[in-house]
Amino acid sequence: MAVVFQKTRGLTDVETHYCPGCTHGIIHRLVGEVLEELGVLDEAIGVAPVGCSVLAYNYFNCDMSEAAHGRAPAVATGIKRLLPENVVFTYQGDGDLASIGTAEIVHAAHRSENITTIFVNNAIYGMTGGQMAPTTMIGQRTTTSPYGRDAATTGMPIKISEMLAQVPGATFVERVAVNTPGNVRKAKKAIKRAFELQLAGKGFGIIEVLSTCPTNWGLDPVKALRWLEDNLMVYYPLGNFRDYQEVENA
Amino acid sequence: MAKGKVTFNQDICKGCGLCVSVCPTNILAMDEKAINRKGYHPATVVEPENCIGCANCAMMCPDLVITVERM
Amino acid sequence: MSKVLMKGNEAIGAAAIAAGCKYFFGYPITPQSELPEYMSAHLPRVGGVYLQAESEVAAINMVYGAAGTGKRVMTSSSSPGIALKQEGISYIAGAELPCVIVNIVRGGPGLGSIQPAQSDYNQSTRGGGDGDYRLLVYAPGSIQEMVDLVQIAFDKADYYRNPVMVLGDGMMGQMMEPVEFKDDLPKMELPEKDWATTGTKGQRKPNVINSLYLAAEELEQHNIRLQKKYDEMKQNEVRYEEYQIEDAELVIAAYGTTARIAKAAVDQLREAGIKVGLFRPITVWPYPYDVVKNLPESVKHILCVEMSMGQMIDDVRIGNEGQRPVHFVGRSGGMIPTPQLVVDKVNEILNGGK
Repeated sequence: MAVVFQKTRGLTDVETHYCPGCTHGIIHRLVGEVLEELGVLDEAIGVAPVGCSVLAYNYFNCDMSEAAHGRAPAVATGIKRLLPENVVFTYQGDGDLASIGTAEIVHAAHRSENITTIFVNNAIYGMTGGQMAPTTMIGQRTTTSPYGRDAATTGMPIKISEMLAQVPGATFVERVAVNTPGNVRKAKKAIKRAFELQLAGKGFGIIEVLSTCPTNWGLDPVKALRWLEDNLMVYYPLGNFRDYQEVENA
Repeated sequence: MAKGKVTFNQDICKGCGLCVSVCPTNILAMDEKAINRKGYHPATVVEPENCIGCANCAMMCPDLVITVERM
Repeated sequence: MSKVLMKGNEAIGAAAIAAGCKYFFGYPITPQSELPEYMSAHLPRVGGVYLQAESEVAAINMVYGAAGTGKRVMTSSSSPGIALKQEGISYIAGAELPCVIVNIVRGGPGLGSIQPAQSDYNQSTRGGGDGDYRLLVYAPGSIQEMVDLVQIAFDKADYYRNPVMVLGDGMMGQMMEPVEFKDDLPKMELPEKDWATTGTKGQRKPNVINSLYLAAEELEQHNIRLQKKYDEMKQNEVRYEEYQIEDAELVIAAYGTTARIAKAAVDQLREAGIKVGLFRPITVWPYPYDVVKNLPESVKHILCVEMSMGQMIDDVRIGNEGQRPVHFVGRSGGMIPTPQLVVDKVNEILNGGK
C-alpha cells in the first residue's frame, strides 16, 4: 500500500483552536498543501487577519505577519512590493475583508498586486461571538440581527467575487465551497491556480471559499454543511468570475 | 485484503463527524465509548476491511487526523 | 559639501533616500504633498518603490508589512492623516518594527486648516494609538536640522525597533532653505534583522511579526520589555538647544518653527537689555525635563510659546516641578506667532503681568 494522503508540511504541528467541524481547518490544509506542492513554502509569507483565524500565524509553516483588522491586503502589498520574489498571501474572513477591509481589498485588486487572497465567507462574525456580517443572509438570526437580517435597514448581503470581478486588475476571481469532498478538491484546484498565477507574475487572485460556522450558526458540523448548501450556495453561486486567459484576451 | 487503509490520530480528533458523513462505504463511526484527551468522542474505523482508500474522509477532516493508504 | 536650495518637504525625501530608505507609502494631504510627489519621482530612479495608498490607513499598514521585511521604510502625512495612522503606529510599535513617520502639522482639530500648527504635540508624545508605547519624536528647527534628523531617525528606528517620528509643521514643509546632505553623521552599530519575514529559505524557523499576546502574563512581559527600550531612549536620545540662558531672568520654551521666531524675540529683547533666553527641545519625546528642572538661579519665569492652545506646556510644568511660574503665549488654527507677540508677552511678564 502506498500513502496517498498525509499531513502536509505546509502546516505546523500546532493543534488548531478552531471549533469541531470548522471549515477553517480544511481551508488551511488546502493552502498548506498547495504551498508545499508548488515548492514555495520556503518563500512564502502569509498575512493573518483579525477573526477566528487570527492565530493562523501559528498554523501556517512559513513566515507570517499579523495584520490589523481588514488591512491584510495593504500589509501584503508592503511585503510583496519589497520582496517580489516571495509568495505572499492573505487569509481573511468576512468581517476582515468584506466589512472593515473593503477599501484595502478593492485597491489591492485595482492595482493588481501580485498576491493571493483566501477569503473565508461563512456569513457571520465568528470570533467575536456570532454577530452579523456584511455577508449574512437575509432573515439569518445573529447576535446583532436577533430578528433576522432585514434588507431594508442593513442592505443585501455583499457579493465580493462578483464585485471584484469588475475590477480590471483582478486577474483571478473564483468562488468555491468546502461542503463535500468533491468541492474541497475543486477548491484546492482554484487555490493552486491562483498561486500559480502569482508565481507567473500575473497579478491579483482571490478565492472566496463558502464556509461554515457551526458554533454561531447553532448547527452541528454536518448540518452546517447542509445549511451552507441550502442557503449560501444558492445566493453566492460557485464558479470562476475571472481568469487570466480572459484578462489576457480583454 | 481491503483496497485502502485509513489511520486516525485519535488524540487530535475533535469529534466533528464530517469524516463519517462522507465515507461512501460507511466504515467510520464516532466511538461513543471512548473519550480522547481533548474530551471528544473520536472518529474510528469500524469496518477497515471495506476501506476503498478514496480519501474522502481525509478531504473533509479539518484537523489532519487521517492518513490514507491505497493499493 | 555643497548646499542646495530645497523646499522642506522635498528635502525630507532626499534625506530619506540618502539614509538608504527606498520605500515610501503615502497619501496626498496639504501641506506635505510635495514629499510623496518627490518620492514618486525619485524612488523609481534608485530602484525603490513609491506607492500611493488608497488612504493613510492603508499606507501605514503597507509600512507595517514593508518594515517587516527588514528594509528602511517611510510614510508621511499631516495631522488628520496622522490621526488615521494611529492604529498602524500602535501595531508597528507593538510588533517592534522600525520605520520613520513624518508629520507636517497643520491646524486642527478635525479637518482644521492647511496652515502650520503645533497642535499634534499630545498626539505624538502621549500615544495617539492604543497601549503603552512611545515614539522617539524629533522636532527640528530648520530644514538643515530636519534633514540631519531624518537621516539619523532611520538608524534609531532600526536600533530600537520602534517607529520614529519627525515632527515638522506646515512652515517647515513649505519653506525653502539651503541644505547639505551630510555623509559624516554619526552612525549606529545595528544588529542583523533576523526577525524579518523574508521567507524561511529552508534555513530557519518561520518568523512571526505580531502584536497579539492573548496570555496577559506574556503581554505584561512584552510591555516591560518595550518599556526598557523607552528607558534607554530617555537615557541616550534627549536632544535640546539652550540659547542665552546662562544669566536669563526669563526662559522661553519653544520648539520647531516657533523656536526660530522666539530666537528672534530673544535677540530683540537682549538688544533692549532684557535678559531672556531660549530653551529649545529637539526631541519632544524623550523630553529634556532635566533642563527645565535645572535652569540657572537667575531664571524667574518660564514662557512657553507654541502654535497651539498649549500642549508642550504640560511637559514644561513636569520638568519645572513647581519651581517657577510657567506662562503661555501662542497662536492657533494655523496662525503664526510673530517675534513681537513674544516680545510683548515677555515684557508683560517681567513687568508684573501674567
